[in-house]
Amino acid sequence: MKRIALLGMPNTGKSTLFNRITGASARVGNWPGITVDLMSAKILLGGHIANLVDLPGIYDLHGFSDDEQVVRHFIENNDIDLVILVLNASQLDRQLSLALQVRNLELPTVLMLNMADEARQSGIEIDQAALSTHLGMPVMLISAKYGEGCVEALKTAGDTLNISRQLEADVLRKQLSTDDQIETEMQHIMQSSVQMPIRLTDELTDRIDRVVLHPWLGLPIFFAALYVLFQFIFTAGKPLQDGVAWLLGYVRGGLLEPLLATAPPWLHGLLLDGIYNGVGTVAAFVPLIILFFLVMTMVEDSGYLSRAAFLTDALMAKMGLDGRGFVMLLMGFGCNVPALMGTRVMRSRPLRLLTMLVIPFSLCSARLQVFVFMAAALFTPHQAPLVLFALYLMSFAATFVTALLFKGQYKNSEPFVLELPPYRFPTARQIVLRGWIEVSHFLRRATKFIVAGVVLVWALTNFPSDVPPASPYTFAGMIGDAMAPVLNPIGIDGKLAIALIFGFVAKEIVIGSLAVIYGLSGDPLMQLMAQKLDWVQGMSFMLFTLIYTPCLSTIATMRSESRSNAFMWLSIVWSLLLAWVVSFVFYQGARALGY
Amino acid sequence: MMQTVSLVSLQPGEQAVIRAINAEEGLFQRLSALGFRTGKQIELVRRASFSGPIHVRIGSTDIVLRLAEARRIQITPSPKP
Repeated sequence: MKRIALLGMPNTGKSTLFNRITGASARVGNWPGITVDLMSAKILLGGHIANLVDLPGIYDLHGFSDDEQVVRHFIENNDIDLVILVLNASQLDRQLSLALQVRNLELPTVLMLNMADEARQSGIEIDQAALSTHLGMPVMLISAKYGEGCVEALKTAGDTLNISRQLEADVLRKQLSTDDQIETEMQHIMQSSVQMPIRLTDELTDRIDRVVLHPWLGLPIFFAALYVLFQFIFTAGKPLQDGVAWLLGYVRGGLLEPLLATAPPWLHGLLLDGIYNGVGTVAAFVPLIILFFLVMTMVEDSGYLSRAAFLTDALMAKMGLDGRGFVMLLMGFGCNVPALMGTRVMRSRPLRLLTMLVIPFSLCSARLQVFVFMAAALFTPHQAPLVLFALYLMSFAATFVTALLFKGQYKNSEPFVLELPPYRFPTARQIVLRGWIEVSHFLRRATKFIVAGVVLVWALTNFPSDVPPASPYTFAGMIGDAMAPVLNPIGIDGKLAIALIFGFVAKEIVIGSLAVIYGLSGDPLMQLMAQKLDWVQGMSFMLFTLIYTPCLSTIATMRSESRSNAFMWLSIVWSLLLAWVVSFVFYQGARALGY
Repeated sequence: MMQTVSLVSLQPGEQAVIRAINAEEGLFQRLSALGFRTGKQIELVRRASFSGPIHVRIGSTDIVLRLAEARRIQITPSPKP
């Protein structure tokens, strides 16, 4: 099978072109010589079945950023039959350097100048034939977003593939270490084949920037925009989530219950309370992830994300993070899972890991449910909002402390130099494709892990089989007892400990598990809680719930995004430790003060 | 011969010519790939609040960078038009 590499600078619409060529058939895969996964897809080109690989966007083939090394190592270690190079037609003045570097590889190459429509509007005229002669490769003008010129460009790529010959990897390696004369040659070619207005300022982008990057208005506008997006995701997501829950309940009650009515109780429990509920837990996240990525694709492709980073970087730099992390942190207040997935926009691994380490401390909507219930049970309606506010402050504090403590370990070596692309409007097709790809990745990676976790917790709270489920006599209850020396000092008894074990699966089921444990629900449960717990214990329980590991879906995402079990364990252990210390200080402090 | 100053000292709206880039290889490569080369015209578009990054324009490319990186770039300010 032929192998085709898709190469280009960031913000050239390379991924848009990839999606246009491959549809939604792309798969993530491993490649020799590099440690990150790359998207690839089988396509039919020039009568061959070829594997098209989407390489990370790079500025320079000889650079030393993570992405540049990935691309170089990929070229060195994999035989490539054709390079499709994507450059931005309206920024050819500086992107041409990459074309010259790629030409020196002497691999069969087709240059596709994307966003030809934008370039035309800006008055840039490109002499395709002259450029092609200078570079010694076919040059095609396309618009990946609208599909303009793509058919012809792919036909040319197919022809080039047919006359191509392979090059030894050794020869390539040598060529990769030389990049002489590129600069002078660039100027020469620019002068003879590209007519460019000297100062190409996109008036509209400039005018928008003057408002959204305003020294005083910029940040308020950013927070307002974020609030609107946030509201949209969670007000639109709630009915969808409820719909999924209703559908799952309907299938269970109408189809699965009757079907399994005659099955032995343990099988009934395993299939329905274990596996089916596990699948349900995953499914409940799907609407949120779809919405989040629809919105994030819009924000990212529009060019606003880099501007948000510009605005918030001053604060984040002090924590060893950068401006883009701020956006993800705030998204985490809705749901940690898509926020973790969103850190992919960061190229430097230490920076990304540090951001992923702090995101789980964002007080997500699931934890909010627990706190609203507990605050209503243990505090007066007057005090309850203050309690919630204190928990939000605590959430920020945990983020700060963690970032400050760990920023030495995750030193961000990458300088903060970002390009501000002109504003663009992503097309509906682009947005929908991206949403679909992210969701399918989440489902493929997280399902098994989450189902296994749910089954485990179900087993812990249902065995031995001759005792009431979720009672102190189950394995979970025994674990709760065994942990008493650790949990008593923070005011958490055996029954609450079982709820915390449930909470490991998802915070949504903490209140539900309390209902099972105490055998009551709704108002009677609230009254019982108010009798059994005083406010110091309740607050300590809430602090612990806030800070310890958010849920299995977050852990599964943490593992799949970091590709490191060690990192996942670090996150779990650190959050448990911090949760315990905070609860301990609070509980013992309050008791010492006589409360 | 005008003396060179660091990019940080440029005020919003002012233009300058890049004279030198004092950076280790990794940063140098990255800056030059984004269009930072000696002899090029550069304009400071705006500064972020609270000593945040600066927003500059080289040719048709807009770039934001932190003050730490901007200090590595030496310029000679162009006279105001």
